[in-house]
Amino acid sequence: MDDRRAVAQTLYKTMGLTDAALNDPDIAHLVINSNMVVASHLVEGLVVEPAETQNGVRVTMRVLAGHIIQKPVHLCFGMLPEDGLQEIIMDVTIEEHASVSILAHCTFPNAKNITHKMEAVITIKEGASYSYLERHVHAASGFITVLPHAIVTVEKNATFKTDFELLRGKAGIIDIDYETTCYEHSHLEMNAKVNGIQDDAITIRETGHLNGEGAVGVLTTRIAVRDTAQATVYNTLTAHAAYARGHVDCKEIIQDRATAKAIPVVEVYHPKAHVTHEAAIGSVDDKQLQTLMARGLSEDEAVDLIIQGLLSGS
Amino acid sequence: MAILKLENVSLSLNNKPILDSISVDFWEGYIHAIVGPNGAGKSTLSYVIMGLNDYRTISGTLYFKNKPINELSVYQRARLGISLAWQEPARFEGLTVYQYLQASKKDNGLSIEEAMDVIGLPAQEYLPRACDKTLSGGERKRIELASLLVMQPEVVLLDEPDSGIDVEALERIFDAMAILKQRGSTIITITHSMAVLQKAEHAFLMCHGNIIDKGGIDKISGYFENKCIPCDHKNIPISGEAR
Repeated sequence: MDDRRAVAQTLYKTMGLTDAALNDPDIAHLVINSNMVVASHLVEGLVVEPAETQNGVRVTMRVLAGHIIQKPVHLCFGMLPEDGLQEIIMDVTIEEHASVSILAHCTFPNAKNITHKMEAVITIKEGASYSYLERHVHAASGFITVLPHAIVTVEKNATFKTDFELLRGKAGIIDIDYETTCYEHSHLEMNAKVNGIQDDAITIRETGHLNGEGAVGVLTTRIAVRDTAQATVYNTLTAHAAYARGHVDCKEIIQDRATAKAIPVVEVYHPKAHVTHEAAIGSVDDKQLQTLMARGLSEDEAVDLIIQGLLSGS
Repeated sequence: MAILKLENVSLSLNNKPILDSISVDFWEGYIHAIVGPNGAGKSTLSYVIMGLNDYRTISGTLYFKNKPINELSVYQRARLGISLAWQEPARFEGLTVYQYLQASKKDNGLSIEEAMDVIGLPAQEYLPRACDKTLSGGERKRIELASLLVMQPEVVLLDEPDSGIDVEALERIFDAMAILKQRGSTIITITHSMAVLQKAEHAFLMCHGNIIDKGGIDKISGYFENKCIPCDHKNIPISGEAR
């Protein structure tokens, strides 16, 4: 087995996954360790051109018009070293009426001082569909900065769904910034779930502009913070056209001396558009807590289960 | 023999007396009903027995199997064998029905699949579902009962188990009560319903934080038949309580 393949397998193991996906000819994958492509495999209709840079990789990805990629494409961005910078620059185009799902894992199991940056420009052409699940696995201690930024265009009748999950390990500094512009009858769904502990600092900025008639957007954020962790969520939805519909939903559970802010902004510029929002920040719901305790769970067990539910729910 | 005994139990909330020196024995293995007008203190009594937050600062003594339990927290009482089904069950965002029932499961309870069968909700369909607002009120009430069936507490407190459910679901609630009793639970149910009262073997009438009468179902059911038991309080809504 060559060294790169071994690194790819090690990264998969750190995420608690088998490397079965790496051996399945029907599953496309691209595995990056620091700035090195350690494994890749493509399927018909998917064009991926990675180029190693000084501190990371530049990836151009296209799904060709009319192609439906049946199985989720696996992307793995990781760093096995303790320190360093990883910059991922992505240029993604999903061509007309094409469809793809991405399962992206970001793993930094040994991080002591790592910065992971992603700058993405994503264009989803008419009638196309792009789903991107980004799941992070961090070490229980150490220091990591995660900066995923994306500019997204969702054309007529296209769909964009993104999920960001950081549920294991120490979050570190998280600064998510996604801005999406949606045209006629397009669908946007942006979800973020983050668990913050110790001195983690979490900032989420998700913005959707519903510019086209009948465009639909939903922004959902679920955060749990404890110890002295801090979370700030800026969710913005603007509606500029008739029958544009949107909803912003943010829930944050805080414990100990953690703090949380939610700043939902809804702006409507057309009388036939409609955008709603809800935000709730507080400790664990007392009725849920007491119900579980009335079934025999200790307070700590009950709190853990409720937070697990908050962060795992759809 | 009393499995649960209250001795001069009083509770005030915001300086307002809610329970007024209640002394009562709940006999082991019986289905007990507590009836009375809104505001009589029935639900509060169940919260005091469960030891919920805000309902712990009482005077008087609660005994479970002759041992005082005033100092025990909710989960300690649950581990002893007391549990409660709320009138309006909690909604758990993100938790599935299976996860909720698994968290409630104890060795001597029914299996999760058996419990779902008793309450008449197909396990395959409902166990993966979220235990949240996507379930109807009646479904959540039945799942609340299922959580007690898998737990099999020695004392089951049911706060209006029939509220907000249809006739078919009510039969399932009765089935669940029968199985809990058959397997050894003592049931204390709060109700405004004659149908539920008639499933009980012994009943208490509450008013203004007091238990003002007790006895067999025939005696207490007079409350539902506009033949209210003589009472000093003039504001018992004699009619309109029964369904």
